[in-house]
Amino acid sequence: MKKHVAILLILVLMMSLFSVGCVKKVETAQEGEQGAQEDVIKIGVFEPLTGANAAGGELEVQGIKLANEKYPEVLGKKVELVIVDNKSDKVEAANAATRLVDKDNVSVVLGSWGSGFSIAAGQVLKEKQVPAIGTSATNPLVTKNNDYYYRVCFIDPFQGKVMANYAFNEVGAKKVALVIEKSNDYSVGLAKFFEEAFVALTGDENAIVSKVFYITGDQDFSAQLTNLKDSGAEAIFAPGNFTESALIMKQARELGIDLPILGGDTWETPDLLDIAKETAEGVVFSTFFDAKATFNENTTEFLEAYEKAYPGKEPAAVTALSYDAYVLAIDAIERAGSADPKAIRDAIAATKDFKGAAGIVNFDENGDAVKSAVIKTVKDGKFTFKTIVDPK
Amino acid sequence: MMSFQTFMQHLVNGISLGSLYALIAIGYTMVYGILRLINFAHGDIFMLGTYFAFYAMTSFMLPWWAAFVIAIVLTCVFGMIIERTAYRPLRNSPKISVMISAIGVSFLIENLAIVLFGGRPKAFPIPPLFGNIINIGGVRIANIVFIIPVITIISLAILLYIINKTKIGMAMRAVSKDYQASMLMGIDVNHVISVTFGIGSVLAAIGGIMWAMRYPQLMPLMGIMPGLKCFIAAVVGGIGNIKGAVIGGFILGLSEILIVAFLPELSGYRDAFAFVFLILILLFMPGGLMGENIKEKV
Repeated sequence: MKKHVAILLILVLMMSLFSVGCVKKVETAQEGEQGAQEDVIKIGVFEPLTGANAAGGELEVQGIKLANEKYPEVLGKKVELVIVDNKSDKVEAANAATRLVDKDNVSVVLGSWGSGFSIAAGQVLKEKQVPAIGTSATNPLVTKNNDYYYRVCFIDPFQGKVMANYAFNEVGAKKVALVIEKSNDYSVGLAKFFEEAFVALTGDENAIVSKVFYITGDQDFSAQLTNLKDSGAEAIFAPGNFTESALIMKQARELGIDLPILGGDTWETPDLLDIAKETAEGVVFSTFFDAKATFNENTTEFLEAYEKAYPGKEPAAVTALSYDAYVLAIDAIERAGSADPKAIRDAIAATKDFKGAAGIVNFDENGDAVKSAVIKTVKDGKFTFKTIVDPK
Repeated sequence: MMSFQTFMQHLVNGISLGSLYALIAIGYTMVYGILRLINFAHGDIFMLGTYFAFYAMTSFMLPWWAAFVIAIVLTCVFGMIIERTAYRPLRNSPKISVMISAIGVSFLIENLAIVLFGGRPKAFPIPPLFGNIINIGGVRIANIVFIIPVITIISLAILLYIINKTKIGMAMRAVSKDYQASMLMGIDVNHVISVTFGIGSVLAAIGGIMWAMRYPQLMPLMGIMPGLKCFIAAVVGGIGNIKGAVIGGFILGLSEILIVAFLPELSGYRDAFAFVFLILILLFMPGGLMGENIKEKV
């Protein structure tokens, strides 16, 4: 008898393991009836809704849902959002993309927060020939050699250059230390572009005086930061996940490192401020969007919709970008006149001066948006707009 | 060349990390010592402890000491419930079944936490008493860095006292030797094991709270890595040996920091290093550093 109970218990536990192990369908905006399948156009979304990047994923889904409420129909059909969780994991991201295409037959895919996940999924989407619109993934590899991946944000070479300029001109630093999240394509790439731009600016081969590494999920950075303290750097560039970055800020200040800390767009989440608290004060990063920097009438439209849905809150840049990604997808489907993935791809490729809430989007030959960057800082515990930097 | 000051800072960092590992490893190794069960859910119980303390402080607005006590008590009860539901029914099954059950419990708690607490990280509010930083000759030390080793040593002393000097401790030692014989001698084995899990969970909760004050970021999966690292620390010290676990924890913490300090280009491999260390210990010193004390095992 006891043995039976035991076996049953093991089975239940194993099953709970399996049920969570599979890619799970988090939510479907409108559950289509079996017969009504042809009357909807499906747009797939893959975002990290759990794991290290969950906060970012959540912000992006907000924007997509907001845009979906505003534009619920295209070509006279209802748009159905199929949102899947990529669990902040590259393998899961590829699984999610496969699932969206094979099982849900989506016409176009949106996402994801995190370049690594987008790159992993991009290979799948390229093979299956379904177009994707990236929201905030900034690593060049996302769209490189992939005719099916486009994105509404600028890319890291531009972002790296913007921050290198800032470090050189505004901070007045001649020597910089890099803190790199080695297992994160975004961080490695951005640090590299920063280094190239900064070395070119200073004309000094050894302008990067220290490079320290950590991996995603690390919580203790004391050893790396202690090494960095001695390096003679005048500023720190530390692009990476906000989760680790927040702890880096905290531990750097604890160790008595009071150099300016610079970073990239991933830092713009309220969680970073929550965790780093007063140690985040004064950090500077580049991002895509600020409510105070109105680009065009669609920015106003987006801000109004956001204010209605989340009164009293400031939208994050990635929310605006994911909003843009959805609107661009709808616009492309409209122009393609069909739900056929290939036709939609061609329509996306032909986009000219798309007026997004986060700036005007034109694609270069790789499918990357050429657009302005916004520089922000943390002041009195809030993200504060500093300036806009135009491309080139 | 590294300055003396920098070296001392590294040493302090290493001791701080090592004492955290030691604190968590004690609970790990105690449960193993008595039940011969590697409780893979230990890291997740550790995670629950931090969340309990977090919610007690933020949602119920309790002062930090009350929140910590409540978190420890809740975690203790939770640990006992896990033992009652997932391990006790398997008491007479092969050891491997219990271990599989432990892995299942671990996944269950992790995923339950994702659903209940959400995947977004939470900021642990650090009571001011623990947050201050002291500067000694250019070496900066957070208060908590002093407090953690003290708590580790106190926990160790109390635990050794319970095991060696009290009646329940005697029963634990008896159960660890031969639980069937203990049963015949009139020891309530279920009760003893329940208490063992309770104590193990209390230690996990204390470790979790200390961890959260050092790295104030709570995530549902935060227990996995510390759990594995402390398992390594326990093996290094000789699994089942409580003093060994403390030594193992310090060795692991210090060597992790010093590896990054002296070989910065390897800092991405820091976790890998810990596991290579485990493999080497298992290959060349399967009993761990204090393995020869096998007869004293509790």
